[in-house]
Amino acid sequence: MNIVNILEEIEKVDGEIYERISPRRAAMKEFYGFGSKVALAAVPLALGSMFKKAYGQTSSTVLDVLNFALTLEYLEFYFYQTGAAASGLVPSGVHASAINTILTHEMEHVALLKGAITASGGTPVSFTADQFDYTAKGNFPTVFTSFPTFLAVAQGFEDTGVRAYKGQAGNLISAPGVLQTALQIHSVEARHASHIRQARRTTEGGGLTALKPWVTGANDSGVPQLDMTYAGEDNTVQAGIDITSFGVTAAAASACFDEPLTKEAVLAIASLFIK
Amino acid sequence: MKNFQHEDQELLHKESGILTAKLQRRSFLQYAGAGAAGIALIAAGCKKDNETSGAHTGVDLGTGDVGILNYAYALEQLEAAFYTAVVQSPYSGISAYELSLLTDIRDHEIAHREFFKKALGSSAIIGLTVDFTSINFSVRDNVLATAKAFEDLGVSAYNGAGNLIKSADYLLLAGKIVSVEARHAALIRDLISNGSFADSTVIDLNGLDKARAPKDVLAIAQTYVKTTINGSNLPTATA
Repeated sequence: MNIVNILEEIEKVDGEIYERISPRRAAMKEFYGFGSKVALAAVPLALGSMFKKAYGQTSSTVLDVLNFALTLEYLEFYFYQTGAAASGLVPSGVHASAINTILTHEMEHVALLKGAITASGGTPVSFTADQFDYTAKGNFPTVFTSFPTFLAVAQGFEDTGVRAYKGQAGNLISAPGVLQTALQIHSVEARHASHIRQARRTTEGGGLTALKPWVTGANDSGVPQLDMTYAGEDNTVQAGIDITSFGVTAAAASACFDEPLTKEAVLAIASLFIK
Repeated sequence: MKNFQHEDQELLHKESGILTAKLQRRSFLQYAGAGAAGIALIAAGCKKDNETSGAHTGVDLGTGDVGILNYAYALEQLEAAFYTAVVQSPYSGISAYELSLLTDIRDHEIAHREFFKKALGSSAIIGLTVDFTSINFSVRDNVLATAKAFEDLGVSAYNGAGNLIKSADYLLLAGKIVSVEARHAALIRDLISNGSFADSTVIDLNGLDKARAPKDVLAIAQTYVKTTINGSNLPTATA
């Protein structure tokens, strides 16, 4: 594989590689001309510095996304950690083991993101449990004493998390490895959300028997305080195509596509839980 | 060389037709870049490493983003056909609750399938002929085990295809769908064994879901599809 092939391979995942390397098309021609004139051994060096220049500019965007994700993972991690430790909150058996499974994942996500940020030369954000207020300034006073309330807040966090990662995917197109990892976290959050919604259907979880594992309409949580988390989820038009035109109900058309949230919208939600 | 340029022109033509008539800047750069690389190829007088032999047969998913959308379309066809069969002849002893959830999932998969078909327009592959002879639709365990396999496969497919997509718009659409597939997967797993929604058979020690490359997904999916699916022209990740 020669340099041209390498560029082509990169181009498959980063359509703007040529633009990154040089803002001018002409400069690429210069590069190829240059490559044919210099000794072969010198080319990898030139290529290395070229890539460094090309990607150095985007790394701050990627680091911002990673730190944003880490903030949310801390929010979730300390939430489940506090809940799991609260005496008499989570019923033993399948509920306790499920909450523990989720807690473990959030802890792993925190560790993974911290490591990724450090390895990329960034500084990971850092939070301690007491920096968070899970009552959301008094909106959920029984969050760690009532299992139904705990699950309602959990549903809000998981569904917000899904929307948050989704909203950042486009910012990671230039970093395919990071993008894939983010997607692999994103679907885990969706699995969590699905289970939490199932748990809320049980008697001890609140008995919301009409609740589905997927998001239907603008706020199906039964909790008005979570309106911001579900704003726009009632969308039934994708890429200009009306999904109800395929003979499915508006509820199904809304549920079969999850919607993204902007970083600003997510931070507005998260800030309710940060002291 | 000729083929290479021809392919790009064809792709360019196809891409401009779907979802948006406007050719995006990213896409333009991609083609401009490919042209530059083409010129360099002649200059270097070398052989393209990633050239396909042309020996493949079956339904060609295509190249680039169109190929990935067709890949998703193929998987959604499979899932929609499966749940349609499940709801048509429910397994014995099915509860009203389970039937309502499986009906929801059927509707979601049909919507996904029809969405891709419409979005792809004339670039869409044909309707695939499925082969469900290995599935016993009257037995709950068998149906749910198959559903679990399909949903986990779908999640890993979208997770593994994200970084092959060039357009941010298509990436977002894939993202909107994959989390719904993950919700399905978790539910089906909980129906089989409550609490297994994200167990260690599918989530690794970094808390990550699986991501599979198209060729690995297609090898598994092909078991349930009579029509041969040819994904050999799909983009591949850089090593």
